[in-house]
Amino acid sequence: MSIALAVVGQVEEAARAQGHDAVASVTLRVGELAGVVPNALTFCFELACEGTALAGAALATEHVPGRAHCPPCDHAWPTGTPPSLTCPRCGLAAAGLVSGRELEIARVSWSGATVPEEG
Amino acid sequence: MCRATDLRTAVLAKNDHGAQELRAELAARRTAMVNLLSSPGSGKTALLEAELTLARERGVPVAALTADLATENDATRLARSGAPVRQVLTAGLCHIETDMLRGHLDGWLPDATRLLFVENVGNLVCPASYDLGETLRVALASVTEGEDKPLKYPTAFGLAHLVVVTKDDLAAAAEFDRAAFLDHVRQVNPGVEVVFTSARRGAGVGQLLDRALAAADGEPVHTPVMAATAPADREPVR
Repeated sequence: MSIALAVVGQVEEAARAQGHDAVASVTLRVGELAGVVPNALTFCFELACEGTALAGAALATEHVPGRAHCPPCDHAWPTGTPPSLTCPRCGLAAAGLVSGRELEIARVSWSGATVPEEG
Repeated sequence: MCRATDLRTAVLAKNDHGAQELRAELAARRTAMVNLLSSPGSGKTALLEAELTLARERGVPVAALTADLATENDATRLARSGAPVRQVLTAGLCHIETDMLRGHLDGWLPDATRLLFVENVGNLVCPASYDLGETLRVALASVTEGEDKPLKYPTAFGLAHLVVVTKDDLAAAAEFDRAAFLDHVRQVNPGVEVVFTSARRGAGVGQLLDRALAAADGEPVHTPVMAATAPADREPVR
């Protein structure tokens, strides 16, 4: 729920900064290993939007697959869930994730009138 | 009319920023935070009570903040150690966030505190996503929870600097398969150290305190693979 509230807060800030008063949709990028369940987030998002500029806004999520990388082999592989973080070629631990922990607001589509920007 | 804006902002940017600030402030006053994550009933409070008691015996200034949805029972238990303890009631929230934590620390945390233990709400999902400004993040599982806990909650165990097994005195009765557990930990967090503890018998309590003090002294902590960023993906080698 607090992730949904954080999304709403950030979008409201952006709306104010850019002079928009209504939001049609929000697109999130959610990594496979972000620890967030998109369905649960969608449910919470509807509740979090009530009474804000986001009321009625749709939530779309883009799934980002987890990928890990082994520098000695220069090999990247899909981690899957639960993730396999040792290199399938040499058995060493991956150096890190190439992708999969994203939890970000990618895009916002605005609807309604545009409030003229100040200044 | 409908227009779109590319925002590209991290959803938890505000919390992450606050956590970085708090980490720096605590470092400046030589306090290190230890964030304890586990499911409900895994024995966090019992182990923490043992850690606080041992720390006080060794003359290490410690303090603890314990979070629950309701009741002050944990704070009452932990206060038996004699260490400064504060209860955070989250009023239904399943985790703590940096702002909430800061509100409880300001004006309470004793200046000389070397180690500040934060007992997160018993939950292995949401707390894993929130950096609190900790120096050491510890994920705990008891031997009665099954060997596959790290696989079921890969974000919590995958982002831990240290993994702790609790209630190890019950391992035989629970038919806990230690090798399988270690394999599962290695799958999601290769290279992380696992400390086996029993609050009842005192096993591993000193080892965990030593690790926390080493982290407080600036010894590098383990870097989980899930917390590290690899260079930009090239086309996968086929």
